Amino acid sequence: MHNPAASRHRSRFRAPVALAVVATFALAACSNSSASGGGKYGFKEAKQSSSAQITVWIDSTRQPAADAYKKANPNDPVKVVTYDGEANGSGSFKTKMNLYDKAGSGWPDVVFSSQNNDASWASQGTNGAQAYAAVLNKGLVPDNTLSGWSKGSLDACTVNGQVYCLRNDLAQDVLWYNKTLMDQFGYTVPKTWEDYQALGDKVAQDHPGYIIGAVGDTFAEEIYMWSSQCQANDVTGARAITINTSSTGCTQMAGLLDKEIANKSITTDSVFTPEFVKAYTGKVLMMPGPAWYAGAIFDNKTSLNVPAGQIGVAAPPSWGTNAPVTGDVGGGTWFISSHSKNLALATKFAEFVTTDDAYQVDQAPGYPAYASAGQKWIAKQQSSGYYATDLSAITTAGGEVWSGWGAPTFSQEAIWAKTMTPVITSGGSIASNLGKWQTAIADQAKVDGYTVSTK
Amino acid sequence: MTTLHEVAADPGLPGRPPRRRPSGSHVAGALFVAPYAVFLLVFGAAPTCYALYLAFTKSGQGFAGISNFSHVIGDFRFGPAVAHVSLYLLSWVIALVVLVVVLAIMVHSVGMRWLSGSLRFVYYLPGALAGASAVLLWLFVLDPSAGPAGPLLRALGYHTFSQTIHPTHLPYIFAIISFWTGAGGWILVMFGALNNISPDIIEAARIDGASRFQIAWRIQLPSLRKWIAYMVVLSLAAGTQLFVEPTLLSQASQSIVPNDYSINQLAYQYAFNLNDFNGSAAIAVLLLVVALALSALFVWRGGLFTTEER
Repeated sequence: MHNPAASRHRSRFRAPVALAVVATFALAACSNSSASGGGKYGFKEAKQSSSAQITVWIDSTRQPAADAYKKANPNDPVKVVTYDGEANGSGSFKTKMNLYDKAGSGWPDVVFSSQNNDASWASQGTNGAQAYAAVLNKGLVPDNTLSGWSKGSLDACTVNGQVYCLRNDLAQDVLWYNKTLMDQFGYTVPKTWEDYQALGDKVAQDHPGYIIGAVGDTFAEEIYMWSSQCQANDVTGARAITINTSSTGCTQMAGLLDKEIANKSITTDSVFTPEFVKAYTGKVLMMPGPAWYAGAIFDNKTSLNVPAGQIGVAAPPSWGTNAPVTGDVGGGTWFISSHSKNLALATKFAEFVTTDDAYQVDQAPGYPAYASAGQKWIAKQQSSGYYATDLSAITTAGGEVWSGWGAPTFSQEAIWAKTMTPVITSGGSIASNLGKWQTAIADQAKVDGYTVSTK
Repeated sequence: MTTLHEVAADPGLPGRPPRRRPSGSHVAGALFVAPYAVFLLVFGAAPTCYALYLAFTKSGQGFAGISNFSHVIGDFRFGPAVAHVSLYLLSWVIALVVLVVVLAIMVHSVGMRWLSGSLRFVYYLPGALAGASAVLLWLFVLDPSAGPAGPLLRALGYHTFSQTIHPTHLPYIFAIISFWTGAGGWILVMFGALNNISPDIIEAARIDGASRFQIAWRIQLPSLRKWIAYMVVLSLAAGTQLFVEPTLLSQASQSIVPNDYSINQLAYQYAFNLNDFNGSAAIAVLLLVVALALSALFVWRGGLFTTEER
């Protein structure tokens, strides 16, 4: 006979059993970890099979790269998966790899990331799991291939002397300017930040409404602070960082920005907002910024849409007689999985998309990090006839990215955006908030396990 | 779990059970509850227990006492996240209680059927937009240069989107978004509750000379008490888990809204950015304890579980 009371009693008993079963499975998943180290390439390899299919993760912008590979190698077993490419630091790459680490399988063989700080975590195994990224400079990628990258472009991929990724493109900062307007106003292109500031003062007085820069974006610190050699992001080891926002590079640039923001020759609008386009179409005299500003802002119908023959490019300014250095805003990276069952094919793919002309010269939207491709790419842009000057400044700046600004696991852009952007947009002073910035970086660095020193 | 076999094997169950038979209604009740109970166990209770386990252990090191809790509470982002969510909850729940009750009573007192009906429909409409799409719509509304509220925002001195979403404004912005999406449903619930009050009582009060306000204050409001407590309990549970709004706003605002704004976001950062699932679980457990305590308070004060025979 059915007895409701007894059945209630039974189900009450079953619940913990079910829970225990679920918990056991969950625990079993966690405890599946493997040791790192060993192997002929500097990490423990999976069992290799030359016929194993590789899975490649790319963002939609990199689709032509995969297509170019398939066209050149139609018989290779390559499966392409599109994901968001870590856009805006979404963290999807890291999130998914953490979950695969927990599951013990499922890692893609090659991954493209639009961020340049992923090597900082991908090179480190956590909770006993093997680091996701394969070491590339211990024989996996030949040294004479690696030496073909532009000087300093693999810095973001290098942790403790080991290279963990291949740089896709560089986003070195240069000084963009409107040659037509500069000539019309009788200005010369500044070579130093001092001249830049003096010109800003002059523009504010004689041609109000025109601008010489913008600081409303998350990457403003990578344009101004980085190229000013501000010691806010000096990564000195895998988990060590030196932060000193009261160093000369920081205070000098903060002073410059405060002054030019106050006289409105530098705008606090983000260059990607409709307000910016509305207010400054035809009014941008100069704009320090990454190489990709050309296509993103100037030669873009939905942005400033500057006509052909006006935009020129000059070397980034430096302070006084300091050696010229510059910053860098992004630039993607390619990773090879240390768990790959077909490292040979994964490496072949990663080398192709970063170095082969079929993609990097013919189709890549950004300046290739691989030096010879970079030169050919510039020549191709030059022949478009859009620019008023030659583009050699971009190539030169590619080798001048200051190495004192590192690529830690956390995002400097996110910290700048949440601590400094509200200060700037509400009319506050950057110089008097450098301490706040310092604290914010140090706090975040400590949370991410960094040893912080202030020199 | 009572299974189908047990039901079928029960000889006390003929093809169709007669109404008001206690044992039959027990089986039917169990049948109705069973699917929910299964999902509750698999997706509610089991993860909760797993989180409890994670919160008190350290990966690869076994039992960790309260070290995960002290670690996350010591995180420089924890205090601000708690403050953000508290401020948001406070402004949202107060707005919800006051405005929903007032609006429900007002709509209820509207004599014209079509007007009352269409008002309820209009209130409910925003609720049809799911969380994420509502936020996207508000991104547009809050933009002084493009949104329909532009003139108002500019009059208040906000000329750019980043000025509108200044960190100090965020709790109120999130409260407005949540109110806008959630209030309509509650107005309907309150309206239904008001319909349950016997017209005789209202009629008697009116004959005794009670004004509209007195009827609302002395009859309608007290009889809504349980419903208000119910609304507060559910809203607290939802509100402490603030996640979608700040996450989307963070992406759309170029990170001016940080991605560790709320407690739940911080838990997400711990799990997927720091790869510290134990710390993440500790935050989740803290959140659960606080939400449970707050809910218990309202259940107790609101007499939610006191049953009365009708």
